[in-house]
Amino acid sequence: MTADAFLSFARGTGFDWALTIFVFGMLLRLFEVLSLGRKPDLSEGRGSGVQGGLKTIVTRTLPRAAVFAREPVRIINGYVFHIGFLAVLFLYEPHIELFDAKMGLSWPGLPTGIINALGVLTIFSLLLALALRLTSPVLKFLSTGSDYLAWLVTLLPVLTGYLAYNHMLLPYTAMLAVHILSVELLMVVAPFTKLTHMFSFMLARWYQGYRAGHRGVES
Amino acid sequence: MSSASIEKGIRMIREQIDAPIASFFSSCVHCGMCADACHFYVQTGDPRYTPINKVEPMRRIWEQEYTLWGRIKATLGLSRKVNAQDFEAWEELVYDGCSLCGRCSLVCPVGNDISDMIRKIREGFAVAGHAPEGLVGATRRAVEIGSPMGVRLSALEAQIRHLKHDTGLDAPLDQAGADYLVLLSSMEIMNFPEYLEAIARIMQQAGKTWTISSRAFEATNSGVQIGVSDIAAELVQRVVDAAEELGVKTVISPECGHAYTAIRFEGPNLIGRPYNFRVQHILEVLEEFRQQGLLKTKGKETDRMTFHDPCQLVRKGGVIEAPRNLLGMVTDSFVEMRDHAEMNWCCGGGGGVSANERADELKSKAFNQKKSQLDELGVDTLVTACANCRITLEEGLERNDMDIPVIGLTEMLADHLVEEPGKGGET
Repeated sequence: MTADAFLSFARGTGFDWALTIFVFGMLLRLFEVLSLGRKPDLSEGRGSGVQGGLKTIVTRTLPRAAVFAREPVRIINGYVFHIGFLAVLFLYEPHIELFDAKMGLSWPGLPTGIINALGVLTIFSLLLALALRLTSPVLKFLSTGSDYLAWLVTLLPVLTGYLAYNHMLLPYTAMLAVHILSVELLMVVAPFTKLTHMFSFMLARWYQGYRAGHRGVES
Repeated sequence: MSSASIEKGIRMIREQIDAPIASFFSSCVHCGMCADACHFYVQTGDPRYTPINKVEPMRRIWEQEYTLWGRIKATLGLSRKVNAQDFEAWEELVYDGCSLCGRCSLVCPVGNDISDMIRKIREGFAVAGHAPEGLVGATRRAVEIGSPMGVRLSALEAQIRHLKHDTGLDAPLDQAGADYLVLLSSMEIMNFPEYLEAIARIMQQAGKTWTISSRAFEATNSGVQIGVSDIAAELVQRVVDAAEELGVKTVISPECGHAYTAIRFEGPNLIGRPYNFRVQHILEVLEEFRQQGLLKTKGKETDRMTFHDPCQLVRKGGVIEAPRNLLGMVTDSFVEMRDHAEMNWCCGGGGGVSANERADELKSKAFNQKKSQLDELGVDTLVTACANCRITLEEGLERNDMDIPVIGLTEMLADHLVEEPGKGGET
């Protein structure tokens, strides 16, 4: 297969399949959660569950001071990774063009120099995340094969994107194809690993926040 | 344990899994932040005490039963079913190594209510016969005698006689139409009768009528702690029946953390209907009295003191400002611990841990978290609003040769009451 044919598969059939698995997989996962339902709370409320739920979806994004003090490196690294990853994904001009082509939505991007730097930062944050996972007794204890798989499929798109942009390792066309395939791998794997948290975290925060709001407690 | 009881346990855990629990498992990224929030992990350094690990058997049941991918994995033999050995191994983590303090729930970045998950997994462990003996005994006594400590009505009557003899005040039993139905914890009847006297004096000053039910005076709920909802519901029902029969407007949960959340928030859900009376923690009642000018005190404490927030009150019950406002009436030398209010650290004895003798050593290790908070402050007196915290704190302080008296807030306020003879309702 030539590099061109490879790229055209990655952009065409490959992408369509991956997207389908991603969308239906995630919808299935969310359905699996929501279909379980929950009983209404019969206790007299002190506050609004809805307000608590909505508030917690937002506020849980920031750590509490007491928590931050114990694990500053892990927490800052988490921010660097998430912000870096989302910026590279959503604010790189060629990616925006893709979203525009597929969904008809576009928005302003960041200069490529900044995206390139953010890509490097994101790669380093992932390497640090792995180092922490391998050295912290708690993280080592908790980690399963699925955690390492999720790490790998998250790293690959960022890494191959960086290599393609900087014309490293492989000819551009081939590396671009590898990059797109790695994104497809991420999309296929995501619904079956902890990467589901990219959507389900809102439900989790909502449920805890709802209950806290009802009771009039912090969350 | 027979495989039949293990099957029952698994079935019960399966029944506990609802949309919130499923969303929590779907969202956990194994970041480990909950470990740092847990006094059992922080003080032992043992990663098994990482809160989310305590519900690992529940996670496996969820994945295998409620997710397509998990079912495929199970069919292909890629995942192992929860078995008797798992119950054996996790029992200690689920009961001894968790005081249901809820600190982990508050720090989880994806919003998982981990302590609620542990509360729920206990339902499966209890039904499978994997609950600690101490807690089983306490629960049995609660059902049969009406008190987890085996305190009978006669013991309460004796305390009421002492109260009359010492102060001339009465604690009226079964008085229909009273403003308040006062619940007590066994610990208060046996170890801290000062609480009863404080209530009698405060109610007299406020001009409120109150009563204690001879049929349902116990506030604590062992059913909630061990994780048997049927028993928890029965214990709640006793209080509800008493309150409705006596026609009271408000039921007062005493200085206890879990008793409050059990009757206030879990109760209606356990018995399947809302109440037609209010439930308030004693601190909420006192705060109301303060705001209405019904609580008059004189003099201030001179000791440097701090307040130990009972976990269930701050993290699950929302009673945070009341104790601080009330303390402000009687002391100018109040200092906060570094982590306080909703970020307070547990005493180590909550969630049934103090009723579980087997957990003693672990509990005293966990207490070191509280010790370090206190060492940092160097206070003369520790105030709290939970008899169970109080006894756990007293034990821990004693074991560490720390000479810090522990006082109940209600009792401290009563010590400062302005006595106005002739004023206030007869009780």
